Amino acid sequence: MGSVVSYIGQLCRQQNKQEVERHLRANDRTFNLSYRYANNAIKTSKYNIFTFLPLNLFEQFRRLANCFFLFLFTLQLIPQISSLAWFTTAALLILVLSITAVKDATDDIKRHKSDNEVNNREVRILVDGEFRTEKWMNVQVGDVIKLENNQFVTADLLLLSSSEPLNVVYVETAELDGETNLKVKQALTVTGGMGDSTEALARFNGEVKCEPPNSRLEIFKGTLMVDSQSYALDNGRVLLRGCTLRNTEWCFGLVIFGGPDTKLMQNSGKTTFKRTSMDHFMNVLVLCIFVFLLSMCSVLAIGHAVWEAKEGSVFTVFLPPEPDVDVPLSSFLCFWSYVILLNTVVPMSLFVSVEAIRLVNSYYIDWDWKMYYPKSDTPAQARTTTLNEDLGQIKYIFSDKTGTLTQNIMTFNKCTIGGKSYGELLDTSGQRIEITENTPRVDFSWNHLADPKFVFHDHNLVAIVKEGNMEAQAFFRLLALCHTVMPEEKRQGELYYQAQSPDEGALVTAARNFGFVFRSRTPETIAVLEMGELVIYELLAVLDFNNVRKRMSVIVRNPDGKLTLYCKGADAIIFERLHTSCNTLMALTTRHLNEYAGDGLRTLVLAYKDLDENYVQEWMQRHHEASTIIEDRDEKLDRLYEEIEKDLLLLGATAVEDKLQDGVPQTIEQLAKADIKIWVLTGDKQETAENIGYSCNMLQEEMKHVFIVAANTAEGVKEELQSARRKMCPAAAEEPNVTRARPGLLWLHKTETVHDDKVDGKYGLVINGHSLAFALEKGLELELLRTACMCQTVICCRVTPIQKAQVVELVKKYKQAVTLAIGDGANDVSMIKAAHIGVGISGQEGMQAVLSSDFSFAQFRYLQRLLLVHGRWSYLRMCKFLQYFFYKNFTFTFVHVWYAFFCGFSAQTVYDQWFVSMYNVAYTVLPVLGMSLFDQDVNDRWSSQYPQLYLPGPLNIYFNKKAMVCCVIHSCYSSLVVFFVPWAAMHDTVGDNGKDIADYQSFALVVQTCLLIVVNIQMCLDTHYWTPVNHSFMWGSLVLYFATTFAMHSNDIFSIFTSVFPFIGTARNTLSQPNVWLTIFLTCLLCGLPVMAFRFTVIQLWPSINDKVRHKVREEPLPGPPSRRLPARRMRSRRSSYAFSHTHGCGDLVTSRRFLRKHPPTSQVTLFKQINSHLAPNQPQLCRVDTVESEQQAR
Amino acid sequence: MVKNENESANRPDNTAFTQQRLPAWQPMLSAGIVIPGFVLIGLAFIGIGVALFITSRSIQVLELDYTGVEQDSPCFRCSDPDVRDCVCSIQFSINRLFEGPVFFYYGLSNYYQNYRRYGVSRDDIQLYGDLSSFKEPSDQCEPYRYDRNNQPIVPCGSIANSMFNDTFRLFQNVNGQQVVVPLDGKGIAWWTDYNIKFRNPSITPLRNAFNGTVMPLFWPRPVYELDPSDPANNGFINQDFLVWMRRAALPDFRKLYRRITEGNYADGLPAGNYTLEISYNYPVLSFDGRKKVVFSNVSWMGGKNEFLGIAYLVIGSLCVVMSAVMLIVYAKFKFPEED
Repeated sequence: MGSVVSYIGQLCRQQNKQEVERHLRANDRTFNLSYRYANNAIKTSKYNIFTFLPLNLFEQFRRLANCFFLFLFTLQLIPQISSLAWFTTAALLILVLSITAVKDATDDIKRHKSDNEVNNREVRILVDGEFRTEKWMNVQVGDVIKLENNQFVTADLLLLSSSEPLNVVYVETAELDGETNLKVKQALTVTGGMGDSTEALARFNGEVKCEPPNSRLEIFKGTLMVDSQSYALDNGRVLLRGCTLRNTEWCFGLVIFGGPDTKLMQNSGKTTFKRTSMDHFMNVLVLCIFVFLLSMCSVLAIGHAVWEAKEGSVFTVFLPPEPDVDVPLSSFLCFWSYVILLNTVVPMSLFVSVEAIRLVNSYYIDWDWKMYYPKSDTPAQARTTTLNEDLGQIKYIFSDKTGTLTQNIMTFNKCTIGGKSYGELLDTSGQRIEITENTPRVDFSWNHLADPKFVFHDHNLVAIVKEGNMEAQAFFRLLALCHTVMPEEKRQGELYYQAQSPDEGALVTAARNFGFVFRSRTPETIAVLEMGELVIYELLAVLDFNNVRKRMSVIVRNPDGKLTLYCKGADAIIFERLHTSCNTLMALTTRHLNEYAGDGLRTLVLAYKDLDENYVQEWMQRHHEASTIIEDRDEKLDRLYEEIEKDLLLLGATAVEDKLQDGVPQTIEQLAKADIKIWVLTGDKQETAENIGYSCNMLQEEMKHVFIVAANTAEGVKEELQSARRKMCPAAAEEPNVTRARPGLLWLHKTETVHDDKVDGKYGLVINGHSLAFALEKGLELELLRTACMCQTVICCRVTPIQKAQVVELVKKYKQAVTLAIGDGANDVSMIKAAHIGVGISGQEGMQAVLSSDFSFAQFRYLQRLLLVHGRWSYLRMCKFLQYFFYKNFTFTFVHVWYAFFCGFSAQTVYDQWFVSMYNVAYTVLPVLGMSLFDQDVNDRWSSQYPQLYLPGPLNIYFNKKAMVCCVIHSCYSSLVVFFVPWAAMHDTVGDNGKDIADYQSFALVVQTCLLIVVNIQMCLDTHYWTPVNHSFMWGSLVLYFATTFAMHSNDIFSIFTSVFPFIGTARNTLSQPNVWLTIFLTCLLCGLPVMAFRFTVIQLWPSINDKVRHKVREEPLPGPPSRRLPARRMRSRRSSYAFSHTHGCGDLVTSRRFLRKHPPTSQVTLFKQINSHLAPNQPQLCRVDTVESEQQAR
Repeated sequence: MVKNENESANRPDNTAFTQQRLPAWQPMLSAGIVIPGFVLIGLAFIGIGVALFITSRSIQVLELDYTGVEQDSPCFRCSDPDVRDCVCSIQFSINRLFEGPVFFYYGLSNYYQNYRRYGVSRDDIQLYGDLSSFKEPSDQCEPYRYDRNNQPIVPCGSIANSMFNDTFRLFQNVNGQQVVVPLDGKGIAWWTDYNIKFRNPSITPLRNAFNGTVMPLFWPRPVYELDPSDPANNGFINQDFLVWMRRAALPDFRKLYRRITEGNYADGLPAGNYTLEISYNYPVLSFDGRKKVVFSNVSWMGGKNEFLGIAYLVIGSLCVVMSAVMLIVYAKFKFPEED
């Protein structure tokens, strides 16, 4: 809607001149004002009090339907054409316009409020050599402003100086990109020198030349000229509006972009407008109906011409022809008269009603108690209120893994130490005991630094650690030393760990609870509280993780001077490097590892090695040399690492559970029963993804085959895809079966649909990102799609955000199916935006996914309820609504067509004009709304119990072209009955008092009463769920009809508005006649009974799934809540190892001094800033640090 | 604890409405309801149908076309539009007593009173006795709004202008004597039309109200002289005028002309020969129209109408047949019970 305003705005701006480069000078308002850059006031509102009416009306009349009705309204003002009183269309038009206007106005008032709130925020600004408090909106480009801790950044600023060492500031960018971790920005030294000296800042007259305003958040290019020397500026020097200053006492900035030019504002308002498939169908339908209307009118106009020629030309005695109107002209006028009269087939109130229904159905989602997550106090939220019925037609779900299927919480679950497994509870006979909420937990109260959230059930482990078992102690010592976690001790005894990956955090936390508390670190030391005794280790080297090494080691010296290398890594990698003495232990450990893998746990093998002092000295020397050379540095380091990490001694292995969210396997199972295909698109690596695939029941042991596509060339990928396809379906044709069609508006829209091939048996497909890149190219995409669609489960791993979107687009393009993408992180945004429906998991990593999503809730399992209950109902209700809506309007309109044959095609209404205007506005609107707000075929429990009920949605069975044709035929029948039964019964008869009742007004009243009762009976037959509201709407509407009819036909109203209510007395005279009532009764039953008989027979002969379930509901009591089964341990040897992130580790950082602060608040290094957010304080976070390059490079 | 309250601040309300658990009646088209329902409705329809059919059969109707198209028709002479003040008579006989009260209608065919342009051509405000509309009739009355001298026409419009102006007299031939059958011209219009919708201006004498206006072009005398004998039946509230102004819904229609309720004929028209004397004024042949008179009596269900009775009978039988079909379908295919 706002597009036109912004478009005009753009035009104006373009006319002014396209900004090529921004040029500004600090503290020189006159200079800067000459460029007329926007100041910092923002305006997201569209209207003010004066422009509202014209602009809003203009906006609304851009809608074709509204325009059409305005056109009709003007036609009605021409007396030769006007077949209806002006108020009939006007009433509806005004109603529709005012509903929309009220909605727009409330939206705009909200925007005004938030604009005002933001514009009136206060900031310290440097004016005439001193700092004054000013409102945000008065900040100009080129001003120097002061920001303090936790303040919002006012505009896009060039950072000048800050309170922190090295002129660094920390900002939180959650509002901008959704990431909650802090980012570091650094000022140039040349400006940083000014510090907080007001004089220096006031004297500062640097000139900035930079790119014009744009929306790219991560790029900034410009130069700063100070004292005729230029310095390069990049993104690291700029604070963007929308960020919040954190952990920085103060900083000064130079305003570069203000208000609408800021990157935040440039980024807003570009959300793509999603429409449902029903919307598209409705548009096509309305267009078809419009064509239908014109053809009906043409036929009637021809009829008029014929009548005029045969009858009208002779019936001139009592009805003289209009002057200067010959037959063709009269027929032309008649055409327009019928356009007015029959306009009710083009349903104007349709769009408003549809919006209203969707809105309430969205509220149901917001209100749903069963989609509310009490732990994080997050209710489900329908952020887009126009997509509901698409939820009932989902065919493909694309899901992220981390944070969506899994909780992104790792728990230390089991371990094997010295060949003995811990963590599993066995009963006396050696059977596994299921661990539940009530299983007694290990008491860690002896350890005052223990993490209270840590849960462990096996008491033996604690016992042996306490006993002083050397192996167990070495095991946990390793976990406490070999990692890159940063600790933070906010208060004495309250430890928080900031880990690069959640696995690491889990392991270090486990060590902490078992008495090896990692306390603090400096670049050279690690302090560990070992069983209550503080031991400081000297950290000599961190042999960091990378993707090839798949292991990580540290070399430490304990206080006794003993040197040890601790190493942890993937089983295969470590096993290769073990000392031969460990062979027996290795065999035992391998057995345990297989068990853990069977449980879907992520394993990591731990090993150590004592080192010789001299060797280490020498090695360190070489290491130092290698790390300072530039050429082949990585290779040399690798070789060095390789050299020292051998002949390791095995300690044991850990098993970390990548915790699935609650109910994920059950949800996936139910959705699969509803024939929804679920594809997992994850950035995680293949093993992890596969493993999760198994643990959430997507990949199953009984699958015939799980294909893995991991080729590195286009040919290889093609071959693998083809061989997979041939294996699944040898009979399928080589060429995909593509149907091309041109549905949609004006046949402009081209579609290509690839059809599914029949496959027996279940298959799975795992494809990695590298292969996916090839497969998504033009030549291979169809091959990929065919093969993937044959499989029950598709898992794409190591995919980039762009690829996620590409996969979604691929399916959208060739399957013509409704897709849903669900994710939680910023990397899912592209796919959430690409899919028909985007769902964000709220309360996790950031808000970015939620912000761009259409629906959001806290747990993956709510997806089941969203689709199977809300989606299904929304779709059902919308279909019923549309079907009924068209039925009632067609029936209403067709009666006029039949009457045309009896009134000389003169566009005479059959009904009272008031009835015409009230029919859609008052008499029939409430019952149908009641049905489309409350109807449910079976309740939510049964809906979840029988996911098969969802099947008709994706196939679009309830409302399609066929249903529409049936609807038209049905209306045709009903209108014939509604017109001809009263015609036959009344054309030649009189009342019981002998007075004639075949007069126009009586006939109109009888027909309209019949019509209203008939459509209400149809409503009764369509309503499955009669709440008290439905009852009151239904009977209320009938009562309303009779009440208003009698009122409008009353003496009093006639004496007041004589010319407007000419039907005086008709109701009294006509409705007192028994034969009138017999006629009405006959008409209604003649319309209702065949429908009833037809439906009954269809239910008996071809019962739909809904009928069956509804039948079952009658027979059986409510099903209990679905039982939760524990997935059985799988017998397989698939192993998944530690989820190292595939970026490089943080090892460099923990040993670097760069980020050390001058005055650390506590004794710890705070590399990972704690954020005052709703997130749990020990929420694991990936290390994301803006590269702080040295200034020399910038110059 | 305050914290706990805060924690669930966003919890939605647990009401039947928000959780979509409103108590509801969920009817189903089950065999136990539909089949007996159809049988019952069918039987009821047959019952009503029989009653209606018999009642309708008992109603007597006598129709006489007097358009005079055929050469041997007594009114053929009058059908020539050039003949003025023509009177013709139709003889008819009644075999048995035509039970009273008898209603006397005139009927017109192929006459489009429901033509839109015709139908709107009236001024309800004028007919309500509003004098301002006398001077300036509604523009809907065109082309009968002003006459050639720009004098306003009252009552204006096509409907009023085309008022039916044949008049009838009915005689019974008793022993060669013609006995006048008294015709009651009161109470033939709707009560609301007579008392509310149409009003004469409250000026006495009535004719003064019409100063400066002209009568409709086709009328022989102005509206205030429609029935000079009875002020309660004169002007706009003349009942013949009211009946005409209530325009018909369909091109073939009949309108109540008189009731036969008085004197010897209060119980009906006895068997015998009758003469209908028609003063033939209304031209219909130009548009192939027909004129007729209808004598009819009524029952509790109104005038004669065989359609309703037959329709009820047919539909009732169909219902019964349908219920049998459904029973067979139900017995044979029955609802499959498996999931």
